[in-house]
Amino acid sequence: MTEFIVVTSGKGGVGKTTSSASVAVGLAKRGKKVAVIDFDVGLRNLDLIMGCERRVVYDFVNVIHQECTLKQALIKDKRYDNLHVLAASQTRDKEALTKDGVERVLNELKDEGFDYVVCDSPAGIEKGAFLAMYFADRAIVVVNPEVSSVRDSDRILGLLSSKTRRAETGAEPIVQHLLLTRYNPTRVAAGDMMSIDDVKEILGIEVLGVIPESEGVLAASNAGVPVILDETSNAGHAYDDAVARLLGDVRPMRFLEAPKKGILSRLFGS
Amino acid sequence: MGLFDFLRGSPKQTASIAKERLRIIVAQERSARGSPDYLPLLRRELLEVIRKYVNVDQEAVDIQVKRDGDHEVLDLTVTLPDKSSAAAAAAAAAREG
Repeated sequence: MTEFIVVTSGKGGVGKTTSSASVAVGLAKRGKKVAVIDFDVGLRNLDLIMGCERRVVYDFVNVIHQECTLKQALIKDKRYDNLHVLAASQTRDKEALTKDGVERVLNELKDEGFDYVVCDSPAGIEKGAFLAMYFADRAIVVVNPEVSSVRDSDRILGLLSSKTRRAETGAEPIVQHLLLTRYNPTRVAAGDMMSIDDVKEILGIEVLGVIPESEGVLAASNAGVPVILDETSNAGHAYDDAVARLLGDVRPMRFLEAPKKGILSRLFGS
Repeated sequence: MGLFDFLRGSPKQTASIAKERLRIIVAQERSARGSPDYLPLLRRELLEVIRKYVNVDQEAVDIQVKRDGDHEVLDLTVTLPDKSSAAAAAAAAAREG
C-alpha cells in the first residue's frame, strides 16, 4: 500500500522543504521505499536540500507531459538506494501541472511499489499547493510559533478537509499532523514565543514533532545533506523522533526546555 | 534574563497577546469557512436597502449560514439604533426574512 504524504503550510519560509527532505530520508533510513516530489514548479529547491541538484536531467513536468519516463526522471539518492527524488521544473510555471497528470504519476509510483510518496508543497494556496495536497492520505502541516504562520496553517487545514480527493469522495479524512519548526524554548520560557500547547490549542490537532531552532539546519542545507542525518544537531534528532512517531512509535517530545545557563551568562545575558 | 536586560527593563511578554489574537481571528475565519461566496455582497446590498429607511451603522447587519438538521438556515440579524419605535418594527420584519 502506498501512502501519499503532503508537507504543506500556506506560509512560505517555515521549513516545508527542509521537513520534506528529512521526513523522506527518515523513512528511507528505516528501509521504506520512498519518493519525494518537489511541487514548487518554477522555484525548484528540494534538489539543493537533498544534494542532488547537479544530477537533475528530467523533471516532474517532463513526466507529466510524457517527454520522458518516470524512471528517467527519478533521481536515486546517493545515500539510500530506496530513496528517489523527483525534481520540479525550473523553466515552467505552476500551470504546467495538471490534476490528471499528477494523478497518473502518483499511480505509477504506486504501481512501482513505493511505500511512501512525500509531496513537498509550494507556499500559497494556488495550483501547485492545491495539487500537492489533493491526493494526500496524510498531511504534515509545518508551522512556526508565530501569528501569520499559525493563521495560514488553519486556512490550510480547512482546505485539506474540503478541497481534496478524500474530502470530495467522502472517504476517510486525511490524517493531519502539525510539525512545529523554529521552536525556541528560551523565548517560550520568557513569554515571547507561543508554546507547543498554545499552538495545539489554537489549531486543535496533534503535534507530530517540535523542531528546535538550530544552526544545524542552515549547515545542512549549505552542505546538501538533510539535517536528519546530522547526529550532532538537536533538529536532526527531533526530525528522527517525528518520523518514528509517523510510523506509530510513542516518543516523548525533546528539546522543549530552555538550556540551563551558567552563572556568568545568567548575570550578563546571552 | 541578564543583569543588563534587567536594568534596561524587560520587554512585554507578547506570546499571550499573540495567542489571544489568533484565537479570535481563527474562530472567526472558521465560522466563515464553507459559507456561500455571495454572503459579503448580500450583506452589503441589504445594508444599503436598510439604510434607505433607518440610519444604521456598518456593522449592523450580521449574516450567517447555520445548519439545522438536514437543511441550512440563513440567519440574519439587524441591529437597530435604540429608542426609535419605527426601528423596532423594521427589526422584526428583518428577522422574519
